[in-house]
Amino acid sequence: MTRVYDMGGRFGDGAVVPEAEHVKFHADWHPRALAITLACGSLGLWNIDISRHAREGLSPNDYGRFSYYEKWIAALADLLVETGALSRDELERGAADGTSDLAEKRLAAAAVAGVLAKGGPATRPSNVAPLFAVGDTVNIRSMPENVMVPGGHTRLPGYAAGATATVIRLHGAHVLPDSNAHRMGEAPEPLYAVALKARDIWAHPEHPEDEVILDLWQSYLAAP
Amino acid sequence: MPHDHADHDHPHSLLPPDPALRVKALETILVQKGLIDPAALDEIIDTYENRIGPKNGAHVVARAWSDPAFKAALLADADPVLAGMGYYGRQGEHMVVVENTADVHNMVVCTLCSCYPWPLLGIPPGWYKSDAYRARAVREPRKVLAEFGVTLPEGQAVRVWDSTAEVRYLVLPQRPEGTDGMDEAALMALVTRDSMIGCGLASAP
Repeated sequence: MTRVYDMGGRFGDGAVVPEAEHVKFHADWHPRALAITLACGSLGLWNIDISRHAREGLSPNDYGRFSYYEKWIAALADLLVETGALSRDELERGAADGTSDLAEKRLAAAAVAGVLAKGGPATRPSNVAPLFAVGDTVNIRSMPENVMVPGGHTRLPGYAAGATATVIRLHGAHVLPDSNAHRMGEAPEPLYAVALKARDIWAHPEHPEDEVILDLWQSYLAAP
Repeated sequence: MPHDHADHDHPHSLLPPDPALRVKALETILVQKGLIDPAALDEIIDTYENRIGPKNGAHVVARAWSDPAFKAALLADADPVLAGMGYYGRQGEHMVVVENTADVHNMVVCTLCSCYPWPLLGIPPGWYKSDAYRARAVREPRKVLAEFGVTLPEGQAVRVWDSTAEVRYLVLPQRPEGTDGMDEAALMALVTRDSMIGCGLASAP
């Protein structure tokens, strides 16, 4: 478990600093970075798992020193080059070679409200039957890694790996990020909310009854 | 070595080092290529600066406090209820509402990134996206709550929801004492963004 973005339970961070509700952005370029990223999503070149993997795939050095929207912009530039939408040469020169073949997919101002309202649901029909029911005890995979792709994307946090948990909710079948992030198909399977006792995962839990709950895919779980 | 960057293999290191210039450069290239429309960017920004924010979530909470049948439906299956109020959309496709009670206080984090219910709360605050919150919320939620000025009774357990999937969580805070007879609009004013993430409590009237 040495992934820079997998922060749950890490020691050494300072205080959390509350913030007034009216503060939305901290620099003029932040809303621009947000909007460019969302607008490029409409080009259809990647899915949410690919874009998360691109942010998480930044080098630990860059991930650590970049602010939130810097990560977004860096991952976006990397994805645009990886998908052939832009060239390295264009990025370096700061100028385009010409109009893109993808221009017809450009998000129009009039379409923004509809696109945001439509969302992108991750539930899918699946022929993978649920193996677990609410109340069942399950063992979480001990290796928080993608089992299909070395170094690949996964949504299993390191702190939960190997823990015993209780199923408290079945969310239905969802797209499997471990597959979808690598363009290997959506591979939908059951997704569960499972509860871990804080005392089972931390050496110094704050309270005997505290719990952490996380959403895990069926292939991350096994019967005890 | 075009710029002073740590990572020379990734294409992003070819952009200018200053973040504001980096965004400007990328926007310029994308507009020239016909891949983005500046008017669409303005529309997205206006949406998240002025139209979508914690008022949406406060509306849901105030109604749940006022109407037991609505609350029961919301807790049982939030998606159709929220869609009926016009609060379905990007980053809020699969909502689960969790209720704070005398026995349980709920709190939400995303330790792997910063997943958050955008249609109900807008874009997340800076602290929600911070390393400190992502690292600490699961291990020492009570210390984090104390930094928000919240101390829980000894008998109240904490449930921290780590949003690792596309499922997004909204906390239904406890209705404050002394609010009997208040209407939905008056109740809405007591519902803070932080109370719906679980790092705060609803305001006293």
